[in-house]
Amino acid sequence: MSYTVFVPRDSSALSMGADKTAQTILAEAASRNLDVKVVRNGSRGMYWLEPLVEVVTSEGRVAYGPVLPGDVASLFDNNFLEGGAHALRLGLTEELSWLKKQERLTFARMGVVDPVSIDDYMSHDGFNGLKNALAMSGADIVKQVTDSGLRGRGGAAFPTGIKWKTVMECQSDQKYIVCNADEGDSGTYSDRMIMEGDPFVLIEGMTIAGVAVGATQGYIYLRSEYPHAMETLNQAIKNAYASNWLGRNIQGSGKTFDLEVRLGAGAYVCGEETSLLESLEGKRGLVRFKPPLPAIEGLFGKPTVVNNVISLATIPIVLDKGADYYKDYGMGRSRGTLPIQLAGNIKQCGLVEKAFGITLRELLYDFGGGSATGRPIRAVQVGGPLGAYLPESQFDTPLDYEKFTEIWAVLGHGGIVAFDDTVDMAKMARYAFEFCAIESCGKCTPCRIGSTRGVEVMDKIISGTDSTRNIELVRDLSDTMLNGSLCALGGMTPYPVLSAINHFPEDFGLVKKEQAA
Amino acid sequence: MQEEIVSKDQLSKIESIIGAFKSVPGALMPLLHEIQNEMGYIPESTYPSISRELNLSVAEVHGVVTFYHHFRTHRPGKHILQICRAESCQSMGCGELETHVKCSLGVDYHETTSDGEISLEPVYCLGNCALSPAVMMDDQIYGRVNVKRIDEIIESVKEKV
Repeated sequence: MSYTVFVPRDSSALSMGADKTAQTILAEAASRNLDVKVVRNGSRGMYWLEPLVEVVTSEGRVAYGPVLPGDVASLFDNNFLEGGAHALRLGLTEELSWLKKQERLTFARMGVVDPVSIDDYMSHDGFNGLKNALAMSGADIVKQVTDSGLRGRGGAAFPTGIKWKTVMECQSDQKYIVCNADEGDSGTYSDRMIMEGDPFVLIEGMTIAGVAVGATQGYIYLRSEYPHAMETLNQAIKNAYASNWLGRNIQGSGKTFDLEVRLGAGAYVCGEETSLLESLEGKRGLVRFKPPLPAIEGLFGKPTVVNNVISLATIPIVLDKGADYYKDYGMGRSRGTLPIQLAGNIKQCGLVEKAFGITLRELLYDFGGGSATGRPIRAVQVGGPLGAYLPESQFDTPLDYEKFTEIWAVLGHGGIVAFDDTVDMAKMARYAFEFCAIESCGKCTPCRIGSTRGVEVMDKIISGTDSTRNIELVRDLSDTMLNGSLCALGGMTPYPVLSAINHFPEDFGLVKKEQAA
Repeated sequence: MQEEIVSKDQLSKIESIIGAFKSVPGALMPLLHEIQNEMGYIPESTYPSISRELNLSVAEVHGVVTFYHHFRTHRPGKHILQICRAESCQSMGCGELETHVKCSLGVDYHETTSDGEISLEPVYCLGNCALSPAVMMDDQIYGRVNVKRIDEIIESVKEKV
């Protein structure tokens, strides 16, 4: 009898000791003369349960977690290989309500498959989208993407199909597909999960993009903080080449697409697309003036599609199931699903893929189970370090690009960071300026100088020096940064700063109004 | 700053890295990564060869090396401890963690302990925000780190010496 056990290779699972758990399971199996195969899958995204171990049984996969090395012997004693009862037994994975309540389209295979196995990928609908695309014209592929309503998941929410159409219509001897995998926002990790847990879906999405717009070379610009993603991606790319899903004459179609991973080097600003292109060209990551748009003059001056990991990883399901299938999810002009990442002071942190329209409150309490510390959740930052802080009165806002714009907030890349009532919002506002000062590329004055002046003024406010006047100064400075910066780094740093002042004035030495706007 | 000494062996290794990358489009970034992987940092003495082979000025090479936080211009300690100080980790008390580590190691960020064992660096997100606070010791990532756990992590690398 041979048994299959899944232990994630995802970085976050590793951060809780998944490697040791896997080794212990193998050692225990050997000492008991049991034939156990350990598959290192991606994470299911229920991070408070990591390392989450699954065993394949006749009823389906049964989950146990969190499994530490010390638990392994007792799991064997209780016959966990056949789904035996144990204090850590969670039940059938697919039946766990946290997963069952989700709509996993982009993350359909997450945690299910061996990330670097082509066979696994193909037996779970892998490459169906690309097979369809290879039989279609570029214009038809672009139309499907446009009709799906997919908007850039990196944060800017620009319609993906329109970007592709621009590149497709450019005449050029060389075009590029660039994947922005510089996932620098605090509170986000969905790109990392894809690259570590289902890298072929990204490879497939990029290849479809290449076929659609006529690009033969792709680059994944990956942040250097993700060494495990680098390793998994490179293995997956190697395997894709070996089975002719990359390279020349893909599956006999006559189409060519080459793909390479390039590492960033710890510059947050390189998540901005023009700065990323500069970096890929081997330069300092200085933001470029727009126009020209990268779609027309991008990498090495050639027409370039620059898309986020999640946007590209969503392409295969659109091409597989059709634009209408994807478009059916969501609300208003926000179509499809958003992989939401719960982070920070939340009891049950993890990946929730849901159609647009779910509210923050449902995410924080129904999925998240409230704060990790057990104290009230006071503030939530949505959309990374350049996103606004929201107070409890706004927790019923549905996740939708336009609804968030209405309350002067952003969805960004879908990261949600919660803070309990011990947070000092003046310190968070100061940090927003400080982060901008550290990461500014230095090209434009409002960002380069404004961020440093912002830290100084915030220090005065925190020390209680002339708060009212200095807050006016922060508002004035923020106005300059909002309207005068070249890119979102300087241009959006005022979001966390001003939202903190507006919603939490008491932390800035001001009197809290009855109804803060 | 003291002069960094690069041995002849290392110099020839660096020359071969430069040779391997010079025809790659956008060669400078992958090349610098490779040199840092080999040496632990990017010695200034390599700038002339890099600039010559890639047809850049020394100033341009210097500009790129110093623009990116990941690239180091001086030899680091034997181990590199990165503490995430982004929002998610702040919400779970990374502030306490960094104060504790700075005190116990006797260094500030961007410094190395006097025995040359550990360099302390800040990092702005390790993508482990579901298990904040997070730290990274060399290539090993840790989640839900508290003061006790970080002491164990530091001890564990010291024991290997």
